Amino acid sequence: MRKLVASLALGFAALLAMGPLHAQETPASTLETPATVVVEDAPAATAEASVAEPAAPATAEETPKIDSGDTAWMMTSTLLVILMTIPGLALFYGGLSRSKNMLSVLIQVFVVFSLISVLWAIYGFSLTFGGEGNFYASFQYLFLKGITPDTVSATLATIPEFVFIAFQGTFAAITVALIVGSFAERIKFSAVLLFSVLWFTFSYIPMARMVWGGGLLGKAGALDFAGGTVVHINAGVAGLVGAYVLGKRLGFGKEAFTPHSLTLTMVGASLLWVGWFGFNAGSAGAANGVAGLAFINTVLATAAATLAWIAGEGLHKGKASMLGAASGAVAGLVAVTPAAGFVGPMGSIIIGLIAGLVCLWGVSGLKRLLKADDSFDVFGVHGVGGIVGAILTGVFAAPYLGGTGAEDFAMGAQVWIQTKSVLLTIVWSGIVSFIAYKIADLVVGLRVTEEEERQGLDITSHGETAYNK
Amino acid sequence: MKMVTAIVKPFKLDEVREALSAIGVQGITVTEVKGFGRQKGHTELYRGAEYVVDFLPKVKIEAAVDDSIVDQVIDAIEKSARTGKIGDGKIFVSPLVQVIRIRTGETDRDAL
Repeated sequence: MRKLVASLALGFAALLAMGPLHAQETPASTLETPATVVVEDAPAATAEASVAEPAAPATAEETPKIDSGDTAWMMTSTLLVILMTIPGLALFYGGLSRSKNMLSVLIQVFVVFSLISVLWAIYGFSLTFGGEGNFYASFQYLFLKGITPDTVSATLATIPEFVFIAFQGTFAAITVALIVGSFAERIKFSAVLLFSVLWFTFSYIPMARMVWGGGLLGKAGALDFAGGTVVHINAGVAGLVGAYVLGKRLGFGKEAFTPHSLTLTMVGASLLWVGWFGFNAGSAGAANGVAGLAFINTVLATAAATLAWIAGEGLHKGKASMLGAASGAVAGLVAVTPAAGFVGPMGSIIIGLIAGLVCLWGVSGLKRLLKADDSFDVFGVHGVGGIVGAILTGVFAAPYLGGTGAEDFAMGAQVWIQTKSVLLTIVWSGIVSFIAYKIADLVVGLRVTEEEERQGLDITSHGETAYNK
Repeated sequence: MKMVTAIVKPFKLDEVREALSAIGVQGITVTEVKGFGRQKGHTELYRGAEYVVDFLPKVKIEAAVDDSIVDQVIDAIEKSARTGKIGDGKIFVSPLVQVIRIRTGETDRDAL
């Protein structure tokens, strides 16, 4: 009887949700908000800008026109970023888990992706890109009100707004999904969902607003091409806080938590690498030279970091490992994320080399110092890599180091701005994450019982096993 | 009748099987097991986490044999499984009370 009532209630809720669909009615060919300052369009003194100029004056006063090349590229980029999350990240993390928890990791990533995608459309986009404001924009585009297929993006004038929204939505989704790797193998599924909603609303959106939406940090001149702060440091810190708040897994330090499938981890890492081209080069917002720069940087930094990590491993422990290669690659990808469209190819190689070594320390020496059980090293790779990349962006954006900085680029000042944005991100994310975990703990409880943790989350939380033997 | 159980190194399985076949042992049961004696394990390193693994993969071979050939069976296994290095394994012989062939219902000697 209770299940029947619950099903009927859900059905009514779905009917009520039809209301917002009417919000789509009012057609508006262009949005009213002025094009916000976006970091992607930064230094005007770059070669790409001067090439683009002949075309600009003709369309400046007219309705912005959709460019099929840009649109196709942005849609492709969106697809690539989705692939990064499902199955890229899911398998990368999943392979690191013990087989009894494999499905729990997969479902957490998969469902968080779905959840945040929906919330992004309902209110995320509006609060991040819909108007003025340092930390939040407005509810102007709640339920994507007023946006039609013909609406041109207010931020990227050559693509449809829906494409921009979808693209940005995938960023929001993967950022939250990243955090799953820290508290994996002991957290309640309901806690993951509740925490995700809270963190998305109070950490991701404001951070994205501040850096990309024309908010506080963007105005200050912080350079973050594709999300070193917004995505990686943000998620990394949230993960670390979660590792502390949830506490260590049973048997941590005593039992062997051997990854059950480094084969899948490698598959996941490879999908992440390939997908990241959409993440970085797509953040150029168009199919142009800057995208090309971000593209090649994504090849080089990653490769360099892989080499640096395994070289470090080889020297230190005597053996280069597959997990090391995969982790090195991800570290390089993370580090080049804020830098991709601002540094030169040689600069990105150096960024990769540094990130590979520093993150290797991040998952070993630093991890021991921090004494937290960050299950899959989200902070060690994404947090540390994001910090390294964000700061080095300030260094290698210098024109005399091959970067895209203007002639009057002041490295010291830029590095200081970068550092400030890193610190702000750490503090903001740290505080919001802590509160979000505590709320989730109060409402649904964070950890599964000891018995459930021993048996494995797949069977106890989800009633299924990954591998039938 | 005796149950002869031998723990041997996995790559020796084929040699042991052939040696047993040659002396007339028609059926064996093989299980993949892990264990250790005096042979040391190895260390696995996953990022910063180091795990010492004591257990080594081995293969367990069980054969039900008639008393008359027990010594030959032991000899065959010893010779084919030996490498001379630590970790070659052990052979255990235990008394077998009854044996039944499921298909025909034959018992004891007729079932071997």
